[in-house]
Amino acid sequence: MTARPTGLDLDALAVGDVVVEKDYRLTRDTLVRYAGASGDFNPIHYRDDVAASVGLPGVLAHGMLTMGLAVQPVVEAVGDPGRVTDYQVRFTRPVVVDPAEGVSVTVSAKVGALFPDESSARVDLTVTVGGTTVLGKAQVRVDLA
Amino acid sequence: MNPAIEGREFPPVAPYLVGREKVREFARAVLATSPLHLDPEAARAAGYADVVAPPTFAVVIQEATLAQLLAEPDAGIDFSRVVHGDQRFTFGRPIVAGDELTATLRVASVKSLGAHSMVTAETTVTDPDGAHVVTAVSTLVVRGDE
Repeated sequence: MTARPTGLDLDALAVGDVVVEKDYRLTRDTLVRYAGASGDFNPIHYRDDVAASVGLPGVLAHGMLTMGLAVQPVVEAVGDPGRVTDYQVRFTRPVVVDPAEGVSVTVSAKVGALFPDESSARVDLTVTVGGTTVLGKAQVRVDLA
Repeated sequence: MNPAIEGREFPPVAPYLVGREKVREFARAVLATSPLHLDPEAARAAGYADVVAPPTFAVVIQEATLAQLLAEPDAGIDFSRVVHGDQRFTFGRPIVAGDELTATLRVASVKSLGAHSMVTAETTVTDPDGAHVVTAVSTLVVRGDE
């Protein structure tokens, strides 16, 4: 590796610091695009009739789409996707995507723990829709060497 | 669901060749903005051989191994009752365009929780030298009769 810029300075971080907050607007178009890119063509992510037939409140965002976008504010903050060394989430609530309005997903990233010996940090994500969390135990480990 | 599949290791799936345009397509689909996903020059300037995949791109490589598990005749997993419970990626190094990756699934655990079952599948992804690239762990909840 040559230049490895990072936007986060380990020495300047404290547990509890909010690193970044960002809103994402998801529409049905976003879901179709993710279906194609990921190969996940489960129709509950684009067909209202299929979603209703299995008892869902509406067409849902792919859990892996929510997971995929929720880490992006952290990638932007550290400046290099290769600095993410571990990323986990629990899928706790479905994200319903209204056909006309879409849905707004808010990601707040806070320093959860610092590991100075390993030059790394754990960033904890709070991911909400309308004030309700949709992911649990959403944790990103970043290498800040 | 059959608890005896705990510990079972599946044969590796056919190698997955990571394409530059697939990385770009996936990056746009997860609303990623880093130039390291999109611009080979920016990626090279940061020390990578080519564009870098977003962290969750690993699911595209893992997917074929989960399909093996769901299709296993004696596993007893009814796909229509499967809910994704949690997901984790642990990286040895980032995935970059040009990588040829081999994925192997092992059933780490099978648990029952009342009428429901939980299966934890661990997929290990390696490069042609056998070096570890990423481990993808999914817990799938299989809903029982309601």
